[in-house]
Amino acid sequence: MFQSKKIIAAGAFALFAGAGLSLSAQSDITVAMQLEPPHLDPTSAAAGAIDSVLYSNVFEGLTRFASDGSIIAGLAESWDISGDGTVYTFKLRSGVNFHDGSLMDANDVKFSLDRARAEDSTNAQKALFSGITDVAVVDNTTVKVSLDKPNGSFLFNMAWGDAVIVAPESIEGIKNNPVGTGAFTFKNWVQGDRIELSRNPNYWGAKPALENVTFKFISDPTAAFAAVMAQDVDVFTGFPAPENLPQFEADPRFQVLEGSTEGETILSTNNKMPPLDNVKVRKAIAHAIDRQAIIDGAMFGYGTPIGTHFAPHNPDYVDLTGNSNYDPKLSKKLLAEAGLSDGFTTTLKLPPPSYARRGGEIIASQLRAVGIETEISNLEWAQWLEQVFRGKDYGLTIVSHTEPMDIGIYARPDYYFQYDNPEFQSLMTELNGTTDPAKRSSMLKKAQRIISDDYVNGYLFELAFTTVANAKVRGLWKNAPTQATDLTGVSWAD
Amino acid sequence: MKNNSLILGGLLSALVVIAALVSFLWVPFDITQLSIPDKLQTPNEVHWLGTDHFGRDILSMIMIGARTSLAVAILAVGIGFFIGVPLGLAAATKKNSLLDETIMRTNDLIFAFPSLVIAILITALFGAGAMNAIIAIGIFNIPVFARVSRGAALSLWQKEFILAARVSGKSDLRISAEHIFPNIANLLIVQGTIQFSLGILAEAGLSYVGLGTQPPVPSWGRMLADSQTMVSFAPHLAIIPGSAIIVTVLGLNLMGDGLRDLLDPRVRRSRE
Repeated sequence: MFQSKKIIAAGAFALFAGAGLSLSAQSDITVAMQLEPPHLDPTSAAAGAIDSVLYSNVFEGLTRFASDGSIIAGLAESWDISGDGTVYTFKLRSGVNFHDGSLMDANDVKFSLDRARAEDSTNAQKALFSGITDVAVVDNTTVKVSLDKPNGSFLFNMAWGDAVIVAPESIEGIKNNPVGTGAFTFKNWVQGDRIELSRNPNYWGAKPALENVTFKFISDPTAAFAAVMAQDVDVFTGFPAPENLPQFEADPRFQVLEGSTEGETILSTNNKMPPLDNVKVRKAIAHAIDRQAIIDGAMFGYGTPIGTHFAPHNPDYVDLTGNSNYDPKLSKKLLAEAGLSDGFTTTLKLPPPSYARRGGEIIASQLRAVGIETEISNLEWAQWLEQVFRGKDYGLTIVSHTEPMDIGIYARPDYYFQYDNPEFQSLMTELNGTTDPAKRSSMLKKAQRIISDDYVNGYLFELAFTTVANAKVRGLWKNAPTQATDLTGVSWAD
Repeated sequence: MKNNSLILGGLLSALVVIAALVSFLWVPFDITQLSIPDKLQTPNEVHWLGTDHFGRDILSMIMIGARTSLAVAILAVGIGFFIGVPLGLAAATKKNSLLDETIMRTNDLIFAFPSLVIAILITALFGAGAMNAIIAIGIFNIPVFARVSRGAALSLWQKEFILAARVSGKSDLRISAEHIFPNIANLLIVQGTIQFSLGILAEAGLSYVGLGTQPPVPSWGRMLADSQTMVSFAPHLAIIPGSAIIVTVLGLNLMGDGLRDLLDPRVRRSRE
């Protein structure tokens, strides 16, 4: 009796295992990530998790990011730029439908851009649209966008997840039922657990190899490790525990992709809070920090040192790490010059990721060595956003700024660093009006130098983007030029 | 028969207390200085218990962690004792009076909540930190001491010597302080030892979820939490602080058992 039951069970198991191999291994995928989106509208929230699920999978813009960070055509198949650089005429792809069946045409583009730049718009990146003076429908597949002045990064701006094209018909329910034009349609969202997508049979572009996609949200690093090890998930993007990566690398079942991100991890400094308002004190902090120790200790070696707020893989990057090399003696001297030879005490507020929590302990120890005491408090994200980001009630904090090309935040005196430098602000205004690549490049380099020389923040390292995946998965993005998990080109090897 | 559990428990507890006391004067390495190149060493002749992910000496962290645990537990038990015992004694003076009912029903109310969950709530509301952890754990010690002292005091109030004290004109307050309290002290010491070990567990639990002692002050619970993703390749990071908690709690519980056997007149008499 017992024997026969066991055989049946074994047979059933073999059957399921076989079925699993022949079906799920070819066209279904489960992708895990740490953070769950608060809702599903990329055009009305800053939360990067929304783009991580939906960008290019469900929603598309006029242009889009390719995996190497370059800008390629999206829903616009081509465009003309007027001689003075202020009028962009986009030629849209014809025959593109939204997932609800309605046609995507010039009116939808006008609607999306007008909605994003409107007075009452809740778009998290309104600055992307601020130069637009008019959006005109020429015909069904042609849109003319006029700018107040030339903007060299306009096509780049239009590739952001915040600039995707949405339809007036489906905008009401977008937060729970996103309707886009992408290669995957939204199927189901079990809050706190997963989001399911399935292949869009009417997709205008190349058909994706995957049939069903499940995004799972696992915030706890230990649970993330267990889920990957047990192969409950096929891919984990942005794996949260770098200390576990060598184990995956050593295991033939997995592949580890180490790429770059747009995440400048910085010791953000409240430039209005004494004594941090004194540039000598900020310089002292910068020289007290040993970046390599932080990369090794907090990230187990994953990460590239930076000396300014710019991604090292960008061609315009200037290596300014020497400007704030590890020199505790100089730090002490600078503190003495600032009249703080006995040191001082400030707060160090840390959000949950391990780069912040572990990096914070290391920085606290390094600062203590030059006489600066920090009161560490560990905050949840909601508390961090309220106290630090909005309330500006902090001395120091550690956070990774993952938006691409975001050096412009230093031109905003009301931003949480509270850095107010008119020279930098006018440089940014000038940059936005410049389209000549060579001039833009030299301005960007100058901008990097200004914030480095002003020691606005402590520049630590560029966050590495680490993905752990089943060894048979092909076509994943190695780098993260924007927050996205583009699955349109992902497939299973046989 | 020798009181083996008292001896073993006493020894284990003494080990922890000595480690904590010594840490005030000397630790093998300065744990405020991180040394990343020395990270994740297994126990060796330089670092007897190895190093953690920041290259800190684990033995030094365990010793200072003992200090943290004991300090939090002592203060938390102290809050429970110095508030709970007077409340219990006061309640016992007039059985079923309004005072008694008020005190004991409030106690029941506090008892009804799972203590660790409320401790998490308190620290989440008022901020994580050792002081709030002490208060949170202390609050849940109050009803324990109040109940024990009331129960024991009630039976004493029936005794002839209390009647004698009453007849001689002593006030309830004086009787409670001079006659009741000394006679229930044994019981309270035993209860205190047990609460002490629970306090150490609670501190470790709160620190584990990040609401107790804050970095850089080491805590056994946070050492466990930090080790979590590294257990698979550096198991000593979890085994050592885990063992420290086990040794302390086991030692205190054995000592509590042993003290009860030693101090409880009934057990003592039955032995003789």
